[in-house]
Amino acid sequence: MIEALFFYVFSTVLVLSAMMVISAKNPVHAVLYLILSFFNAAGLFVMLGAELIAMILVIVYVGAVAVLFLFVVMMLDIDFTRLRDEAQKHAMVGAITGGVLLGELAWVYSQWMGARDALARAAQTAPQATKGLTNAHALGQLLYTHYAYLFQVSGLILLVAMIGAITLTLRSRPGVRKQVISHQLDRNPADVVKIEKIETGAGVS
Amino acid sequence: MAELWTMYGMPLAIIVGKILLIVGPLLGAMAYLTYAERKVMAAMQMRQGPMVVGPFGLLQPLADGLKLLGKETIIPSGANKFVFVLAPMLTFALSLVAWAVIPVNAGWVLADINVGILYLFAISSLGVYGILMAGWASNSRYAFLGGLRSAAQMVSYEVSIGLVIVTVLLATGSLNLTEIVMAERPLWVTALLFPMFVIFVISALAETNRAPFDLPEGESELVGGYNVEYSSMTFALFFLGEYMNMILMAAMTTILFLGGWRVPFDIAFLEFVPGFVWFAAKVAFVLFIFLWSRATLPRYRYDQLMRLGWKVFLPFSLLWVLVVAGALIYGGGLPPATVEVIHVIP
Repeated sequence: MIEALFFYVFSTVLVLSAMMVISAKNPVHAVLYLILSFFNAAGLFVMLGAELIAMILVIVYVGAVAVLFLFVVMMLDIDFTRLRDEAQKHAMVGAITGGVLLGELAWVYSQWMGARDALARAAQTAPQATKGLTNAHALGQLLYTHYAYLFQVSGLILLVAMIGAITLTLRSRPGVRKQVISHQLDRNPADVVKIEKIETGAGVS
Repeated sequence: MAELWTMYGMPLAIIVGKILLIVGPLLGAMAYLTYAERKVMAAMQMRQGPMVVGPFGLLQPLADGLKLLGKETIIPSGANKFVFVLAPMLTFALSLVAWAVIPVNAGWVLADINVGILYLFAISSLGVYGILMAGWASNSRYAFLGGLRSAAQMVSYEVSIGLVIVTVLLATGSLNLTEIVMAERPLWVTALLFPMFVIFVISALAETNRAPFDLPEGESELVGGYNVEYSSMTFALFFLGEYMNMILMAAMTTILFLGGWRVPFDIAFLEFVPGFVWFAAKVAFVLFIFLWSRATLPRYRYDQLMRLGWKVFLPFSLLWVLVVAGALIYGGGLPPATVEVIHVIP
């Protein structure tokens, strides 16, 4: 009973906040609603017994990705009236795109074919499915034992993306004065500071 | 009705009781951490610190709290009211919920979940939101700059904290905090982990926005940083949240590196002292390092802070993950592998 109650609370808040993400007027509020929906998704994962996935979701998406979103959105200087006019201009295109996507989803769902024992597994929570191993052990075995090469390949793909992002944004700027810490530390007071005894009435030459 | 009580009422009452048992001492510890900070810094600067309220100024935290309660909460007219009020509450609540998984003695833990360390990492990485939201909602330049600095700083140092946690996990083989504390490490593994302990403590200073990394509230250039517009209880919640986060980070250090509630160096005749006393003593030791560095070190410049995080700590901790993993494999220090193997359906 309690489980069902929590499930409905999490999923209701998840769906409502996901709707608020796209309908909130203020983009900062939209990102905050996005974070709320991440949290509720994490709650649903915990209820499934997939606590590792829930924690990864919170660490990666809420702790890192959404921070960057919020960071960028807060820096934007947004004119709300213009934003609303623009949104109304594109309302038709948006509605058509959304409608097509919804139709496709409905079609895929009507043609749904499960794998052999998928339905039986869908009813299990994660600890049952992994025979009592903890989430971390089970996922670790899958990723690092059974699919080690695929895991390496996905790492290489991310490396390519990272190098691409760096080369796109790296440009050499002439005339920039860089600080070299070792040079700064190497400076010796005896070389750069001169102490002079100044006679009264006389200046320093 | 009786069934409802035994099934839901009793467990709920027990959990609420446990929560009160955790939060009560925690709030007391936090209040006296502010006192300890003033006293320790005073001693290091040859002053006396608070001496007026009560004997040796011992009632000073209470007086401060009462004074803050009596002030007026001011919400700036240009502020986003909802987010403005939400931010301090979020900061304070997040600093409390993390304690649900901290074991202060063998079995003395509210939720003994098997992803405890990830939960702690997740909660501590959420602390940035309170500061970012406060900086944005205040509609003030100083507060906004403070919030941005803080966000960049906390995200940068989280990376090295994550890698430090990975090395400890390599040596213990469990994500459960109790098992991390109970794991037996050979001496050479402890020695290998020592550099990570240093990195963790320094990153914890940066993560909690403490000196020498207290740029988000660098008063010389930002007045008071992200909390400039806050007054009364809303300010108090930020202030208390910061101290609570310090205690939390000290507790994480204790659990990961100092052996939690276990007797130091396994000295047999000290066994009569209960575990939670050792835990508190170790946390107090780490907190003393926090206060000590505040009294000793000047504030970092912003570019120096970023350089330290990304160009020194990140490469070093990445390298050290490899070194520790290699050493554990060749030295036989790896935790025993789980025997059960999942078979994948092709």
